Amino acid sequence: MSEENREKLALELERKAYKLRIMELEMMRDSEASGHYGGSMSVMDILTVLYFKVMRVDPHNEDWEDRDRFVLSKGHACNALCPVLAEKGFFSRDILPTFNKLDSPFGMHPDKNKISGCDASTGSLGHGAPIAVGMAMAGKYLKKDYRVYVVVGDGEVAEGSNWEAIEIASHFKVDNLCATIDRNKYSLDGSTEGPGVFKEGGIEGTMTLEPIDKKLEDFGWHVIKCDGHDFIQLMGAYDEAARTKGRPTVIIADTLKGKGISFIEDKYEWHYGQFTPEQYKTAIDELTATLKRLEQKSA
Amino acid sequence: MAEISSFTMADLADVTTPRDVFGKVLIELAREDSRIVALSTDLMLSTKLKDFAKEFPGRFIETGLTEQATVSMCAGMASCGLIPFFATFAAFATMRPCEQVRTDIAYPKLNVKIVGTHAGLSMGPGGTTHHATEDIAIMRSMANMTVLVPSDMIQTVKVVKSAAEFEGPCYIRLIRGAESPIDIYQSVEECPFEIGKAAVIKEGNDVTIIAAGAPVVQESFVAANELEKEGIHVRVIDMASVKPIDKEAIVKAAEETGGIITVEDHNIMGGVGSAVAEVVVQERPVPMKLVGVPDVYSTLGPPDELWAKYGLNSSSLIGTVKDFLKKTK
Ligand SMILES: Cc1ncc(C[n+]2csc(CCOP(=O)(O)OP(=O)(O)O)c2C)c(N)n1
Repeated sequence: MSEENREKLALELERKAYKLRIMELEMMRDSEASGHYGGSMSVMDILTVLYFKVMRVDPHNEDWEDRDRFVLSKGHACNALCPVLAEKGFFSRDILPTFNKLDSPFGMHPDKNKISGCDASTGSLGHGAPIAVGMAMAGKYLKKDYRVYVVVGDGEVAEGSNWEAIEIASHFKVDNLCATIDRNKYSLDGSTEGPGVFKEGGIEGTMTLEPIDKKLEDFGWHVIKCDGHDFIQLMGAYDEAARTKGRPTVIIADTLKGKGISFIEDKYEWHYGQFTPEQYKTAIDELTATLKRLEQKSA
Repeated sequence: MAEISSFTMADLADVTTPRDVFGKVLIELAREDSRIVALSTDLMLSTKLKDFAKEFPGRFIETGLTEQATVSMCAGMASCGLIPFFATFAAFATMRPCEQVRTDIAYPKLNVKIVGTHAGLSMGPGGTTHHATEDIAIMRSMANMTVLVPSDMIQTVKVVKSAAEFEGPCYIRLIRGAESPIDIYQSVEECPFEIGKAAVIKEGNDVTIIAAGAPVVQESFVAANELEKEGIHVRVIDMASVKPIDKEAIVKAAEETGGIITVEDHNIMGGVGSAVAEVVVQERPVPMKLVGVPDVYSTLGPPDELWAKYGLNSSSLIGTVKDFLKKTK
């Protein structure tokens, strides 16, 4: 792809990501749901690049055995995943406002049994990476050329099951696996880095990750660091992952919790919550203004 | 501030859920006993340990998302003389570190208190991953484990206090409680809770309902009072101490009322109903009906609607009692 086309595509994806953020908020507003705003906004650009550039999936053939697999291990960002799957064509966006309602397929966490296009039921943190390692190893055994993508939260990385999966993937040189860490610097109780003390209502240092790049390299993974809101960098990172042979790849995507909605950006307090009707309006207005700016830029 | 043992609803005016009560009472207990420490795996805000963390910086330990290691750590701490209280969602307190609880804490009878919040269906829209409908069965099946399931605010005060006061492993089950279940008890002095003892909260001799925890104790109580108006006299037993269970109260209910209906926000397999049935079949067999989640993975939705869906609200229970009486009497 020429550099010019790449930039065009990056801009197109960025517009899509803002459109999806708006779709998400409309879904939550219309269903009067509370939810995980911070982590769904930080991960939206990553999901957009995966679903609209990187992954081979077919919404008309959701069980296609050669499809790339995707696991949203930080399942609490289901409110980001649902609009993405709808936009991709797995189901109509008209049913999104059932979110969190009785017997809806869509709720706080993705349900593989109920959501078309969803490959794993997650929400209990620390399950996604090992599931993804299994999918990738099955692909090798079955001589399939699909790839497996898993997105893990940075707070979630602490789970011991992840470190077991990290060892196994490297031990078996599982190179059809690409993990992404949504490095938004916050967990639920506060920031991941720090001495582990109570400060201003939260915890400064829920569990130290750094130097996470060195740790993962030492565990035998190919490590790529990138700006998780820069579409050129994200596309480049996934290309590099696909070219990497003999070991699994992890992309440490530097992100902003709450990205795109300034009153929640970089605030752990907005990990989970409920917007008032006014807050929905303020947020949707801001996202719409950003989308307009991006449209003008591409025109 | 009054002593915990004389708390009334007025002392709980500043809090809204049993989880808040847990956080508040633990602070009071920790002021008196320096061995008490609290641990959180990235859910301090949800389990209401925030004020504890603020007041006791050196005694609050945030370990991030590390449930398994944290449970084993609690064992280590208890073996060196501390009294660790570890709180997280019930699903993650009982399933992820299940073996650590059993082998590291229950087997050596260590003095660790595990508090599972957001239990049963109370995490409504959280769905299957966050519903905890197996926790009572899991914890109850471990020898040496005490299992306490309080229903309202005042009873939670007493349960947390009792848990701190006896030496040994204990699981306390709390619901999310965002919908503020009605208060059965008005003051700690009036609340008859004791480990191993059931409380009869309504007399009656036609049939007995045995329930544990919110909202099912409340819903059973409301249903029984409605039925009373129709001349059906239902005894209601609050079985907050699920283990050890009050055999005497169960046998007495079987003898005097001739039938028992159990109600729980839990799978009907292995929970409160099973615990009661184990006593009934061995000591005084009478007809029983177990009401709960019917061995399925519960669907998602607002908690009230889920409780109604699985027959746990008062209006469903009224019908259940009438059917039961028709079939058995
Ligand atoms: C095993 C488990 N423990 C606790 C939780 C509750 N919980 C939901 S999200 C979250 C914080 C996750 O932080 P992070 O992985 O950094 O996600 P992000 O900041 O991207 O939203 C916690 C503790 C859970 N879902 N699973």
